[in-house]
Amino acid sequence: MHLLEGEGVTRHFGGLAAVSEVDFYVDQGEIVGLIGPNGAGKTTLFNLISGALKPKPGKITFKGVDITPLKAHKICRMGIARTFQTVKIFPHVPVVRNAMVGALFGTGHRISSREAQKKAEQALEFVDLLPLKDVLAGDLTLANQKRLEVARALASGPELLMLDELMAGLTATEVAEAMGDIVQIRSRGITVIMIEHVMQAIMQVSDRIIVLDYGRKLAEGSPAEVAANPKVIEVYLGEECDVDS
Amino acid sequence: MKDTHAIKNRSGFAAAFTPSRILGGVLIVVAIVLLALVPRITQGYWLTLFTDILKFVVLTVGWVLFSGPTGYMSLATAAFFGLGFYMAAVLSSRIPFAATIVISGILGFVVAVAVGALTLRLRGVYFAIFTFALVLLVQAVVLEVERLVTHTRGRFVVPVSGSAIYYSMFIVAVGMVVAAVLIKRSRYGLALQSIGEHEEAAAHSGIDVVRTKVLVFAVSALFMGMAGAIIATRRTYIDPYIAFDLQNSFWPVLMAMFGGMGNLVGPVIGAGLFTYIGDLLITRFQDLYMLIFGVVLIFSIVFMPNGIVGVAMDWWRLVKGDRPLTRRLAITCYCIPVLGWITVLLIACRLAWVKSRGGRNAPA
Repeated sequence: MHLLEGEGVTRHFGGLAAVSEVDFYVDQGEIVGLIGPNGAGKTTLFNLISGALKPKPGKITFKGVDITPLKAHKICRMGIARTFQTVKIFPHVPVVRNAMVGALFGTGHRISSREAQKKAEQALEFVDLLPLKDVLAGDLTLANQKRLEVARALASGPELLMLDELMAGLTATEVAEAMGDIVQIRSRGITVIMIEHVMQAIMQVSDRIIVLDYGRKLAEGSPAEVAANPKVIEVYLGEECDVDS
Repeated sequence: MKDTHAIKNRSGFAAAFTPSRILGGVLIVVAIVLLALVPRITQGYWLTLFTDILKFVVLTVGWVLFSGPTGYMSLATAAFFGLGFYMAAVLSSRIPFAATIVISGILGFVVAVAVGALTLRLRGVYFAIFTFALVLLVQAVVLEVERLVTHTRGRFVVPVSGSAIYYSMFIVAVGMVVAAVLIKRSRYGLALQSIGEHEEAAAHSGIDVVRTKVLVFAVSALFMGMAGAIIATRRTYIDPYIAFDLQNSFWPVLMAMFGGMGNLVGPVIGAGLFTYIGDLLITRFQDLYMLIFGVVLIFSIVFMPNGIVGVAMDWWRLVKGDRPLTRRLAITCYCIPVLGWITVLLIACRLAWVKSRGGRNAPA
């Protein structure tokens, strides 16, 4: 049984098929990359999995349970946590309490606030934000706000973590750090799906890559297979050109 | 990373017993004891005024409890207050006063749950307009029921003594403030603030946003309904136009802004001062009431975006030297209080003058 599985997942916005009959799966312990041109439906697919939107039609199961009809908070409590393409932290709340939200509400069982604080601090330590825990989240730099989102997601104790363009807008050093973080997250037994445009990063980190284009699944396979796939090269990666000709 | 030192970690029991907290606790206890003694010290005008202040403390704190952190601008206060108000008229001749209050509160709670479940998916101005319309809708329904079903227009109320009204309102007000503090400090407080700052992120972090919003909205309505039931017994006759007075929706919003919405002290101070100033102006300066009130309001909204409490905190930081003096801070911390005191002095002079001429405008 796959950890996460989607069958015929479809979602239209008016006449536009944002995601169209996509079948996908994610196995326990994998790092799956989701790539494709702008407007390919990557973030919409994330929204469908996390419950921000409902597939019509289509079915998504997590650990064998049909999560299609569930609301976002229920899906989070089942063990799917996510970050957002445009960071959505709580700007007027101190960093540690941002992370505590995940620990208090996202774990699926009631924990004391002291325990939640401990969990939040552990998550912050993991993303190197512990020294800034009493700063208001809105005062953090973009890179740190993205780290905070990861910490908030981790504090909810997920089995599956969905990262939406974690590395966009980061410097080369920060990208390298983020890649290291993702590998470490996996080593804690957390499965990762990530949307990314930084090719070098996603090719290096992912076990398997799914390519979307115009809402449809264009290709799927190991990074090497996908990079060699002529269709993917045509729509997304671009052909290698010969400068002399 | 500005102001890192200004934000202290709030959790942990050791932090609970700092000198300023002990002082705050003592002040609160003194205030409660003094308020409890009001009917023994005075009757008549002052008792009525203090009942009014407590009524607005309930409405304002109730409003801030929900609308403050979430940013959902509710104008439904008058609907819940009015329902309690009307309930008191219907029930007062049949069951004891205390039971009337409790039933009115429950009615407010139930209606708020129903309304909240339907409408809290609306955002921003749509929610504000809906809650505004709700007051009119409930009023219209009550009017029509009276016209078509019971064939009455208005109702008589069994009056209750001033002290009993005051003490009931006192208990409800203390209950409201305690409930607000407990909710604010609990995980629901953090949930509400998260919802206000980023509802989608809150939902994706595991917060049941609908349930949280509806529950807190209903808790505030519970106390609003009780306040309505108590105030109704000050009259002998009421009708839907008296019960569902839209001013009861607007005043709490203004009072909260005047006092400051950052914490719960602001709304209480705002309700107290606003009620007193409003009463003073309307009884002593009928001709200038709206003019002075309007000017005070405009000044406070422009120059005190965080209310009186915000000014006090800015001033305190300035005195402690945590912040450099900017022009903006100079205006809020020095000019506005000076203007405020000049206004108070002018009013006092005018009152003294009126008194020396024989008290033409003596209080009612």
